[in-house]
Amino acid sequence: MNMLAVDGIHGGYGEVDILHGANLSVAADEIVVIVGPNGAGKSTLMKAVFGLVAVRRGEVRFDGADITNAATATLVARGLAYVPQERNVFPTLTVTENLEMGAYLRRDDIGPDLERVWSVFPDLHARRKQPAGEMSGGQRQMVAIARALMSRPRLLLLDEPTAGLSPKYVDEIFARIADIRAGGTAVLMVEQNARRALHAADRGVVLVLGETRFADTGAALLANREVAAAFLGGARG
Amino acid sequence: MIDILQLLVFGIVLGGIVALGAVGVSLLFGILRFAHFAHGDMMTLGAYLAFVFAGILGWPLPLGFALALVLTIAVALAIDRTIYRRLRRTAPVILLFSSFGIALILRSVIEMAFGPDTVVYDTAISTPWTVGGLRIKPDHVTILAGTAVLVAALHLFLRRTRTGKAMRAMADDPDLARVTGIDTERVIAWTWIIGGGLAAAAGMFLALDTRLVPTLGWHILLPVFAAAILGGIGNPYGAILGGLAIGIATELSTLFLPPVYKPAVAFVIIVAMLVWRPTGLIAGR
Repeated sequence: MNMLAVDGIHGGYGEVDILHGANLSVAADEIVVIVGPNGAGKSTLMKAVFGLVAVRRGEVRFDGADITNAATATLVARGLAYVPQERNVFPTLTVTENLEMGAYLRRDDIGPDLERVWSVFPDLHARRKQPAGEMSGGQRQMVAIARALMSRPRLLLLDEPTAGLSPKYVDEIFARIADIRAGGTAVLMVEQNARRALHAADRGVVLVLGETRFADTGAALLANREVAAAFLGGARG
Repeated sequence: MIDILQLLVFGIVLGGIVALGAVGVSLLFGILRFAHFAHGDMMTLGAYLAFVFAGILGWPLPLGFALALVLTIAVALAIDRTIYRRLRRTAPVILLFSSFGIALILRSVIEMAFGPDTVVYDTAISTPWTVGGLRIKPDHVTILAGTAVLVAALHLFLRRTRTGKAMRAMADDPDLARVTGIDTERVIAWTWIIGGGLAAAAGMFLALDTRLVPTLGWHILLPVFAAAILGGIGNPYGAILGGLAIGIATELSTLFLPPVYKPAVAFVIIVAMLVWRPTGLIAGR
């Protein structure tokens, strides 16, 4: 049973559609990655799932319920969380305050969640009273992901979480994404580092010109010569 | 030397009043992304409501102030619900012009109701105290104490409460706030409560310090905006420091300029800031 099902959606920001029949699905314990060339609409697809881009045709379902064009606050309440690619922390708020904002909709005790974040991201604990805007790009990305986890999502949407980061942080992010899935949260991510992402993912979707061109397991996509030649920069395994 | 100290006292009193107005302007800009031009007239409204209770009905001044504060907040929320809320999805310039309209309406209604002439809260003239050569009016102590209490309350609200933190988050980045699940309409309502309440207090304090006329708030709008810009618009703490800086600079300018040029000080500061440091003196982002 798929937790998230995106069925043939068309949509975009203004008059012109960017998505022209995008499909994907995510099961409850999966990491799914969206890859594709620049301008394919990968981030737009992610935003359409989260109600930030108008969907004109097709359907987005979560737990079987229609969430097409739903308000973002209701999506957070349903168990989705989204980390934008840029501007994804509140710069003048401290690390702790950023995390508290992630738990805005919760009324129960967030103490245990904070403890868990500190154990997973020890760097953040040392800097918990520092404004997030004063941190490095890699640390900000950690804050952003940790903030999204504070709402206890069942599906985490990550838009290019490793963009512009040093190799050390790229490794760290991929390790954390594996931890997050192990903790029971499914992950849907857009990643420009396609080969690496497909290795880490259970399944992948290749998006071209706003349309799902291939959908298969990560390993199968990596082994697919057509995909490798066109979208992964050569046929190397 | 005593002259300078005396002017500093006046400057801090004026600066506190400007700061109370500037906090609202700054928060409203940070959260709704428009310059609220009716803020000065909201100050006037608060001052006249206090006059109704304390001046006309003869109730005690603190009670009159408290009632006026609450009523001004109610008016601010009502204006937001009926006018600004319908325009949230339009361009910010449309909100800005609608706030011009609100400013004119508020000022005209006040003038129709109370007339254009000066009124005062209390006919008794309070004699200033002399402290080491400094003349200090009891009203100044009231204003400074009131301002200090309100600023402290604001600080606790912004740092300690969930809604206050959400307000700072939304001033940082409204889109991210929405994506995070923050109830943005609730934060907006609280911004009007804080902004409207502080505006009412500023208006009442200004009327206490000077005289109450329908153009009271309109004339202080320029220093209020200058303070908000000086402190980095969207930053409430910057707005407080900006207000104090503007107030002190305005009063100290009389050392070497004729007093008629006082209003020009804020204007010069706005122009200088917009030319050299449009993001404000306090580096934030």
